[in-house]
Amino acid sequence: MKRNGLNTFGFLKSDRRLLRAEPDFRPMARLLQVNWIYVLLVCVLAGVGYIALYSAGGGSAKPFAAPQMVRFGFGLVMMIAVSLISPRLLRMAAVPVYLLSVTLLALVLRMGHVGKGAERWINLAGMQFQPSEFAKIGLVLMLATWFHRIGNERMGNPLRLIPPALLTLLPVLLVLKEPNLGTATIIGVIGATLFFAAGMRLWQIVLLVAPLPFMGKLIYSHLHDYQKARIDTFLHPEHDPLGAGYNIIQSKIALGSGGMWGEGYLHGSQGQLNFLPEKQTDFIFTMIGEEWGFVGGIAVIVLLGTLVMGGMLIAIRSRNQFGRLLGLGIAMDFFLYCAVNLSMVMGAIPVGGVPLPLISYGGSAMLTMMFGFGLLMSAWVHRNERDPGVEEDED
Amino acid sequence: MRQKRQAEPVRSGRGVFTRRALLVMAVQAGVLGVLGRRLYNLQVVDGGHLRQLAERNRTSKRLLAPARGTVHDRFGIALADNKVSWRALLMPEETTDIPAVIERFSQIVPLDEHDRARIERDLRHVHKYVPVTLHEFLSWDDMARIELNAPSLPGVLVDVGSTRLYPFKDLMAHIVGYVAPPNEEDVSKDTTLSLPGMRVGRAGIEQTQEASLRGESGSVEMEVNAVGRVIGEIDRVEGQQGEDVRLTLDSVLQQQVLNRLEDRVASAVVMDCRNGEVMAMVSTPSFDPSLFDSGVSHAQWNEWASDPRTPLVDKAVSGLYPPGSTFKPAVALAALKSGSVTAQDRFNCPGYYDLGGVRFHCWNRWGHGMINMREGLKFSCDVYFYEVARRCGMDPIKAVGNAMGLGVKPEIELPHVRSGVIPTPEWRQKHGFHWNGGDTVNAGIGQGFVQVTPLELATYTSRIASGRNVQPHLLRATNDQLSALASVEDVAKVDLPPDYLDVVRGGMFAVVNDQHGTAPKARLDLPGIQMAGKTGSAQVRRVSRALRESGHFNSMNLPWEYRPHALFICFAPYDNPKYAVAVVVEHGNAGADEAAPLAKLIMTDTLLRDPASDVRPAAPTVAPPPAGAETPAAPAEAIPSVSTAPPVADAHSEPGTTQ
Repeated sequence: MKRNGLNTFGFLKSDRRLLRAEPDFRPMARLLQVNWIYVLLVCVLAGVGYIALYSAGGGSAKPFAAPQMVRFGFGLVMMIAVSLISPRLLRMAAVPVYLLSVTLLALVLRMGHVGKGAERWINLAGMQFQPSEFAKIGLVLMLATWFHRIGNERMGNPLRLIPPALLTLLPVLLVLKEPNLGTATIIGVIGATLFFAAGMRLWQIVLLVAPLPFMGKLIYSHLHDYQKARIDTFLHPEHDPLGAGYNIIQSKIALGSGGMWGEGYLHGSQGQLNFLPEKQTDFIFTMIGEEWGFVGGIAVIVLLGTLVMGGMLIAIRSRNQFGRLLGLGIAMDFFLYCAVNLSMVMGAIPVGGVPLPLISYGGSAMLTMMFGFGLLMSAWVHRNERDPGVEEDED
Repeated sequence: MRQKRQAEPVRSGRGVFTRRALLVMAVQAGVLGVLGRRLYNLQVVDGGHLRQLAERNRTSKRLLAPARGTVHDRFGIALADNKVSWRALLMPEETTDIPAVIERFSQIVPLDEHDRARIERDLRHVHKYVPVTLHEFLSWDDMARIELNAPSLPGVLVDVGSTRLYPFKDLMAHIVGYVAPPNEEDVSKDTTLSLPGMRVGRAGIEQTQEASLRGESGSVEMEVNAVGRVIGEIDRVEGQQGEDVRLTLDSVLQQQVLNRLEDRVASAVVMDCRNGEVMAMVSTPSFDPSLFDSGVSHAQWNEWASDPRTPLVDKAVSGLYPPGSTFKPAVALAALKSGSVTAQDRFNCPGYYDLGGVRFHCWNRWGHGMINMREGLKFSCDVYFYEVARRCGMDPIKAVGNAMGLGVKPEIELPHVRSGVIPTPEWRQKHGFHWNGGDTVNAGIGQGFVQVTPLELATYTSRIASGRNVQPHLLRATNDQLSALASVEDVAKVDLPPDYLDVVRGGMFAVVNDQHGTAPKARLDLPGIQMAGKTGSAQVRRVSRALRESGHFNSMNLPWEYRPHALFICFAPYDNPKYAVAVVVEHGNAGADEAAPLAKLIMTDTLLRDPASDVRPAAPTVAPPPAGAETPAAPAEAIPSVSTAPPVADAHSEPGTTQ
């Protein structure tokens, strides 16, 4: 890759000044290392969220927008703070964090708050908390640490891959049990992507992917009726226009009524008249699409894509395996959130309770995502730490 | 391993990672691109179609219930009106604990098992934003108490509706009829009826004039949100209120007639014999039609249905009676028209009539001697009409009877109108029986198989009196447009020579006014006005020969339900007929003693109410009661006070029988 190539957002910028053998541990110096352009993009996204929630609240900051901004403020501080934590410390924290997240998942199954027929929430000191969001971060941290420890060389040994596979399967199964098909799939895909990026050998991949169709059949037969119903209504939403297919149909209608230029801010008839279900959470993008039209919708998609790509580039830029995998895991998590949510509101995949990160109303999704961005930013800040004993590839 | 790694530094895996990360990025970019493309399809390509769906989502059309038309008498007094009523509704979405709210509500307004079951059923079937009726027809007190307890009754609201009001209660029940909630079949024909509070006419004028009275529903298009709550109004189409119907009835006269009938099981019809307008039509006993609006209780219904006096049946239009001697004028006209008998032909009445070995008796066992048609009518001689009927035969009797309105269903604006019967040999054969000569003879005096309704009798009397082919009708005007039947000139003359009618009229005059007429008790006490009439006593049971010959036969000793019906038909004034009256008293025994005096009183009342009558006495005029100050119920209360004023003409002495 050319050193003096693209100069976008500083991701590809050649910065020989910063190439040092020994990282600088002074906090102020590290604060300067934070990629502020990326932080600014995150703030822009949260700003879009504020505008949309203001509209979802019926042209008022009251029920949604204002509390969400307070949370974002917390999240932003947390993100910066986490970005300053050294990878060594993060790796030390990986096992406890992972264990905590799995424990919370197990707890939610026992004593979780039931929302819309599924146990997903847990009450932590008066705050509703969704452990499955946290579990994704925990898994990314855990896998990044594991693959960092074994290094690329030992990826060829299948025995080394069994423990991380089990570590991935555990939260997937727990979330499936909640049951939350969407999030379980996201966790599984994040895990698989990390395996892939960590340098899993091609023959291993082929061996794993080949039996997938059979697995799929097996899983479908074990799905809950409501999950099957979701898949069925996705395939034929018009069969049940007031039941499970209602959300999809209403969402498509609202998007369609937005047209190219939108019905105007605060003037989306479907959203403002409550035809849109869950318009402040899962279907916030529909609301944006209705009021701002295709132009506004595509702008949001571009913004989301920029954040995804930026995260991926941060991962690529890291000189240590931990930072790379951590960055890629978070970027993947963010991407999957976006992709699943967008596909859902556009009726491309079955509906599942997946919010649009930083835009949808909701505390735990916001805070865990900001925590994730903090980890991503930590990978950027500490990108020049090298793995000991390995030779730097020419990049 | 360790040695190897030390000897030659291992690859960091960064190259692999970069390549694979770029692959992942390509996939991500691809997915986002596909999503963007899909967004374009949804918003720009399919936008128009989806926008239409959105418009449909946004608006909701609701029907506006039209007010039902009112029914008035000929002077504009309301016979059926709408009254504001209150009903309690429950909005399911506005309450969290529905059973508790219903329980608290029932402590304020008691709900019976039936109500609860209906509420439960409604709650299961309707959407959360559709109100469910808890209780209809709340009293003012109940409504006030509900409003007072509103804080403990979340979701309960009081709605203003309308109730059908029948100020005259049982007086007009058979004519005006009643309304009841529509059934599913009605609703499937007219969606207007699905609106809360809509009613359908189930009897009387309410039923037959349903099309005029109902009106058409308007609609209002509203902007609604996803739960159906109204945000604003977009468009409004006013419906058509139901048309008001004005009847030919005179409610004051109706009340007077009812008072005259007292507690008899009877019916009476007063008709304007010039145009067929029914001025009064009473059938006793009656019922209160208001009860049907809110639903009649089982017990009440059973009581009505099992009553031998049949309060639910309008005897005036669907009660079938043998006409008895009131049929004789029709037989006389038929004989004259067929040419088999002339008015001057005399037949001898020895008191009995032998035909084919069977002896038929005259009501006067001593006989009437040689008499002509006028005397035959005057004495109501049975033997004379046995002979006339035998000579004439049934076919002319049926033809003329039908032409005079007997045995044909009157075209009156009421449901369940029945048609009488004038039998012929063919009719009898169709029912599988042989026609005997005795049947003809029996039919000649209105017995046997002959059956008529009181309304038919009134029509028949009117046609004799006026010589016009009048059709009985109740509808005078709809929305103040006079109906075509209101004008006298529009009515064609009957197809009989006037002199034949004169013969019969003369006979009927003699019945009332001549010495030895059968109905001296029907003589009017009004100066210069005379009445013509005909008595009738119709046996409901054959009198056995042995009983008759024992000489002790007196129908008054029979049990009530075996006594003959008493009938009387009349018209007045004789020289310029205006009104015809028919009275039938069930099991009244003798027309001359029971029905004739009643008919006389009714005719007197009628003539006194005639605005063109110059016999109007100096006593207080009977005027329509003043419009009520507060409610339409006022006329109902006013009328009895008017009609209980002593009838002016009553000061006469009972005319002595000259027989």
